Amino acid sequence: MMELRRAWLRWLSRHPSLRAWSVMFPGAWWLLVFFMVPLGFMFAYSFMERNVYGGVEAGFTIEHYARFADPLYMKILVRTVVYALGCTVASLLMGYPVAYAISRSGPWKNLLVFLVILPFWTSFLVRTFAMIFLMRDTGLINTTLMGMGLITEPIEMLGTPAAVMAGLVYGFLPFMVLPIYSSLEKLDPSLLEAAEVLGAKPAARFFRVVLPLSMPGVVAGSLLVFIPALGSFLTSDLLGGAKEIMIGNLVQNQFTSARNWPFGSAASFVVMGVVLLAVFAYLRSRDDDALAGA
Amino acid sequence: MAEPVVEFNNVSKTFAGQKAVRAISFRIEKGEFFSILGPSGCGKTTTLRLLAGFEVPDEDGGEVRIEGQVVNNRRPYERRLAMVFQNYALFPHLSVERNVAFGLEQRGVPRAQMVERVRAALDMVRLDPAQYGPRPPAALSGGQRQRVALARALVLEPSILLLDEPLGALDLKLRKEMQLELKSLNRRLGITFVYVTHDQEEALTMSDRIAVMDNARVAQLGAPAEIYERPRTAFVARFIGESNFVIGEVVATERGGVVVKRADGNLVAARGGEGRAMGETVQLAVRPERVELTGPDQAPGGQNMLPARIRQVVYRGEMLHVRATLGDGSEMVAAMRNEGQLRRPVVWQEGTECAVTFSPDDTRVLEPEPA
Repeated sequence: MMELRRAWLRWLSRHPSLRAWSVMFPGAWWLLVFFMVPLGFMFAYSFMERNVYGGVEAGFTIEHYARFADPLYMKILVRTVVYALGCTVASLLMGYPVAYAISRSGPWKNLLVFLVILPFWTSFLVRTFAMIFLMRDTGLINTTLMGMGLITEPIEMLGTPAAVMAGLVYGFLPFMVLPIYSSLEKLDPSLLEAAEVLGAKPAARFFRVVLPLSMPGVVAGSLLVFIPALGSFLTSDLLGGAKEIMIGNLVQNQFTSARNWPFGSAASFVVMGVVLLAVFAYLRSRDDDALAGA
Repeated sequence: MAEPVVEFNNVSKTFAGQKAVRAISFRIEKGEFFSILGPSGCGKTTTLRLLAGFEVPDEDGGEVRIEGQVVNNRRPYERRLAMVFQNYALFPHLSVERNVAFGLEQRGVPRAQMVERVRAALDMVRLDPAQYGPRPPAALSGGQRQRVALARALVLEPSILLLDEPLGALDLKLRKEMQLELKSLNRRLGITFVYVTHDQEEALTMSDRIAVMDNARVAQLGAPAEIYERPRTAFVARFIGESNFVIGEVVATERGGVVVKRADGNLVAARGGEGRAMGETVQLAVRPERVELTGPDQAPGGQNMLPARIRQVVYRGEMLHVRATLGDGSEMVAAMRNEGQLRRPVVWQEGTECAVTFSPDDTRVLEPEPA
C-alpha cells in the first residue's frame, strides 16, 4: 500500500499539470457516470420511437420536439416560464429586503441566517402538503377569515395560479436570500459612509453603491431560484392540480403513466434549452451593463 | 476674532455606558491645519465622526457647530464637508473618474462642468486623468488610491476637509511625501483641514494646532512647539516625544516657577506650577535633549544638578541616548548629537560617575491627570 502511494506521488511529481485533474477525479467521475451518460441516453431517446410499454424503439424522428408547436404544449411551456420568472421576481423583491436586514442586524445575524435555513430541515413534500392545509376551503386561512366575519364563503385558493406561485416562492425564497446576504455581508460599511459624506441620500446610497455591489448575489440568487422553479412539478401538482400543470409535470407523466419516454426526454431538453437561453441572456445583459458603467 | 469654522462646546458621546468623548470643547479657525492626536481608544475618531455627522452627541451632550450653525442632528450629506477615510473607501465598482465624480453627481453639477472639475481634481493630486481616469481602483497602488480619495474629496471644493489617519497604510517615504503635499494643499486652497492621527511626528510636522486627546478628553490644545515645549500633563509629555520625570515636594514658590525637593534631598527648580502650595507633591518633566552630562564637580551654576552613574549608552545613529541612574535608582536619559564622541575616550562610559544637569527653564511642572 505504501509502495503504491509512493509510486503514485512520484508519478504526480513528474506530471505537475495532471495534479489538478487528479483532485477533480472523484467528483468528475461521479458526474460523468450519473449525469452525463444518462443525459446522453435521454438525448438519444428524444429522437427515437415510442414503445407503448415504456422504453424506446429504434428509429429517428423529430416528432417529439415538433409536438411543442401544439398550442396545448406551448401553453404549458409558456406558463412554466411565466411562473418561474414570476417566482424569481417575487423572491427577489421579498428576499432582498430580508437579506439586507439580516446583514445589518449585528449580533443577531447568525441566528437569522439559521432561521432562513430552518425550513430545509423538513422535507419539501411535507412543507407543500402543509400549504394545502393552510389554503383549502376548511383550512386555517379560510376558517380564520370566516371566524373574524371578514368573509362568509371560503375563498377558493387551491388550484389557482396564485396558489402555485405562493408555493414556489415559499419553496425557493431561501435560495434568493442566502447569496444576496453573503454579498451584502461583505460590503464595507465605510463605502456607505463615504457616499453619505459625498452627499448621497439614502436612496442614492442604495442604488449607486449597495445594489451594484450586491449584484453578484442577485445574479446567483436569481439563477438558483429560476432554474429549479422551471423544473418543479411537485408544487404545481399539489397546489395547482390538473389546470395548472407545468412542464415538470408533463415530463413526469410521460415517463410514468403516459409511458412515452421519447416525448418526456424531448420535454426535458426543451426545459434545458430554456434555462440555457435565459442564463445566457442574463449574463450577456450583465456584461453590457458593466461596459456601460465603465 | 473671526467666527470659528468648527466649534465643539462641551460635546459628549456615550457608547453602551462608556464615555467615548467627555465634554470636550475647542474651536477651529478658517484655513487652519488642525490635528487631533492621541493613542487608539482616546476618542479622536469619535470626535471626527461627531464632526462628520456619523455620530450624534448625547442628549445633554453639548453642541457641534459648523460655520456658526448647530449641526448636532444634521445628517452627513447635509453638512457639506469632505472626508478622506483611513482605508480610502473608494467604490470598487466605479472607475477612478466615476469615483471622483460621485459627489458632483450627488450635488447635481452639470455634466460638462463635471468632466472639467474631475480632470482638474486629478491634476491637483498629480494623477494623469487620461492614464488613470478609466482604471478601476483595484488597479492602483496604495499611494495612488490615497490620491484618488483626496481628489474625490477636494473636487467638491469643501470649506472643511476631514482626514481620518489617511496616511496610515502608506510606507514611510511615501508618507513623508504626502505629509508635505497635504500641508501645501492646505495652504494653497485655504481649506480647513481636520486631521486625525496617532502619529505624533506627523502631527508636529503638519499642524498649525494640535488637540492631544487622552481618555476621552482633550489633554492639551496648542501649537506644536507649545505642546512640545510646555506639556501640561505627564501623558502629553510622554506621548509627544520623550520625557524625563522628576518627582518632589514643593519647598519654595517664586514668580513663574517652583523649587521642589526630591526624596534624596536634591533640589530642582522648574517653570510653571502656578497655584501649587508648599509641601504639595508635584511631577516635573524635562526633555532628554535638554539634559547634559558633566563630570561630578563641573556642573555650571544656575542649573539643576543631580549626581548619577551612567548605565547604558544607546547608539541611535545621528543621536546618542545616555541612560543614567540617579541615587534613588530612578533613571534619566540625556540625548545628544552623535559628534563622534564614541571614537574618543570619554568621561561617560558605562559605570562612570557623573552629573545630569538641566536648566530650570527647560523643566516644567506638570498638572495632575484628571481622573
